[in-house]
Amino acid sequence: MSASRALVVERWTRESRVALAVAAIAAVLLAFGPLWLGANGVDRLTTLFIYVILAVMWNALVGYCGLVSIGQQAFFGLGAYFAVRLADSGVSVYPSLFLAAIIVGALSLPLSALMLRLKGGEFAIGMWVVSELAHLLVNLDTLINGETGTSLIALNAYPTDLRRALTYWCAFAAMAGLLAVVFFLLRGPIGAAIQAIRDDEQAAESIGVRVTRAKRTVFVLAAFGAALAGALWVATAVTFQPKTYFSPQWTAYMIFMALVGGLGTFEGAILGAVVFFAIEAWFGAAGVWYLVGLGAAALVFALALPRGIWGWVEDKTALRLLPVGYRVRFLAERSAAPAPPSEKRAT
Amino acid sequence: MIFLNQIIQGVLLGGYYALIACGLSFMFSVMRIINLAHGSLAILAAYALFVLADRYGVSPFLGLVVVVPAMALIGAGLQRAVLERSARGGLLVPVLSTFGLSIVIDNLLFQQFGADTRSLAPYVGDLSYDSWSITDDIAIGKLAALTMATAIALLGGIQLFLNHTQLGRMIRATAEDSDTVGLVGVNARRVNALAAAIAMATVAISGAFLAMRATFDPYAGALQLIFAFEAAVIGGAGSLWGTLLGGIVLGVAQSVGASVSPQGFFLAGHGIFLVALFLRLYFGEFGPRLRRLVRGTA
Repeated sequence: MSASRALVVERWTRESRVALAVAAIAAVLLAFGPLWLGANGVDRLTTLFIYVILAVMWNALVGYCGLVSIGQQAFFGLGAYFAVRLADSGVSVYPSLFLAAIIVGALSLPLSALMLRLKGGEFAIGMWVVSELAHLLVNLDTLINGETGTSLIALNAYPTDLRRALTYWCAFAAMAGLLAVVFFLLRGPIGAAIQAIRDDEQAAESIGVRVTRAKRTVFVLAAFGAALAGALWVATAVTFQPKTYFSPQWTAYMIFMALVGGLGTFEGAILGAVVFFAIEAWFGAAGVWYLVGLGAAALVFALALPRGIWGWVEDKTALRLLPVGYRVRFLAERSAAPAPPSEKRAT
Repeated sequence: MIFLNQIIQGVLLGGYYALIACGLSFMFSVMRIINLAHGSLAILAAYALFVLADRYGVSPFLGLVVVVPAMALIGAGLQRAVLERSARGGLLVPVLSTFGLSIVIDNLLFQQFGADTRSLAPYVGDLSYDSWSITDDIAIGKLAALTMATAIALLGGIQLFLNHTQLGRMIRATAEDSDTVGLVGVNARRVNALAAAIAMATVAISGAFLAMRATFDPYAGALQLIFAFEAAVIGGAGSLWGTLLGGIVLGVAQSVGASVSPQGFFLAGHGIFLVALFLRLYFGEFGPRLRRLVRGTA
């Protein structure tokens, strides 16, 4: 290459600035959701927010850190359980949702010391065993009544409309907060570290990446996020039946959302949650065939399009709406194509 | 005496776990893939045997003559269509694709057979409940003994096959380095397809024993996968005799746990798994030590 073709390294582009502005406007509109949406709309968006949390957390763990877990329902279920437990022991119900997630996040710290030593499929199923164990332990609490379950009775203190709005705001705040945390985490040194670990753990370690610390950060964050999602879910569903919360079906949903949207892309997980939400609304009634479709989609995407819809869009167009990486552009070619073929996905 | 009985029943239960873990462990040692659809495929085989017995009056043991080759074919197809492509995508993809596959299999089975639990026990006559009484407190079930014998025969057979036949050597060489075996004229793709076929044949057999000794339903696969995985990890992944010992350790823990409290069966099983995992991760492989210990006392 001739010396005249200077390179620029850039993160923000015109498109991504527009995208951020649109996202900010959308966030403001959504923040006032209960004021302009009907009851049904509020409920549905609350569900969507929880899906986004699940997808983004699983994507951070799997897509960015390369740790495939089949057991995130452990944290989802524990989050719901601790919310019920805390509310029962007198803690105000909405703070208890967040407190529950903090407890689960703290519990995941010692767990990480054991589980993060496992690799690949062993980690995946090992986490599944952890979720089965968590399920059994929760069942030992007499408050839960075994598989019969219990309810978040404390919610009855609120009138229905207020309860709906409060749950919505909690879910929205949780989603926005976690999205911001993941966004800044991925843009910072931890983001670079975990992607290096995902691509080659030994090489990453050899250049001084503190592998265990980086992995642990993401593992605990993902546990906290899944627990918060579980606590929010029990706030919308009211009933807590251990079997539904500790079901590997939640992991199936997370896999579908992250994989179809775009594993290892920040926008992809959000897109995946929206796609899943739409598919569930249209085909959820189809029951078993709907689940067959979800599994088949996960299989096909894993084999044919492992970076999902958004990964495919990125590869074709070099479009970055919410950039967590950098890209390299030839300055001399600015007047030509907006995205030179040598555009590099780097962090 | 009752305690001794718990241990004996646990050891026999371990025979079943070794059987179901055999295919998982074999596949992991040869292809470095953990097949998350393992349990679901065992349930698929169980349903195939159930249909043969229920509709056509074929005894489950005769049914295996059809189902084992059929599952072997499915295994080879699975390797070509899914596992081979997944393995090229790195560590991540096989886990995702085989989990997707297990969801498809589970739900298709549910679509076909509904939520009813089934069992092959009615089709094997008195084998399902008959037992030999050793003392007043201890009885050994004939089916449990047969399961254990099958597990030992299968694990031993595979071990002999791997160590002493041309094909076995080819499989081990391919596991070691699939690129280099190509240079000496081994078709690695065919060897892996064969290995997957063998693994699925063992899955068919374990599915048969699962269905004879207990009931199953379309979603029973997940738990079978977990048990298989636990047995394989306790015994040291990738070692076949270790798998037998791992199965026995798991079975004894569950059996003893069940005698302590109703939830103890599962709690003790998962607990011993985590303890074994902890020991392995912090103090090295558990299986080889246990084997050394057994050899030392024998």
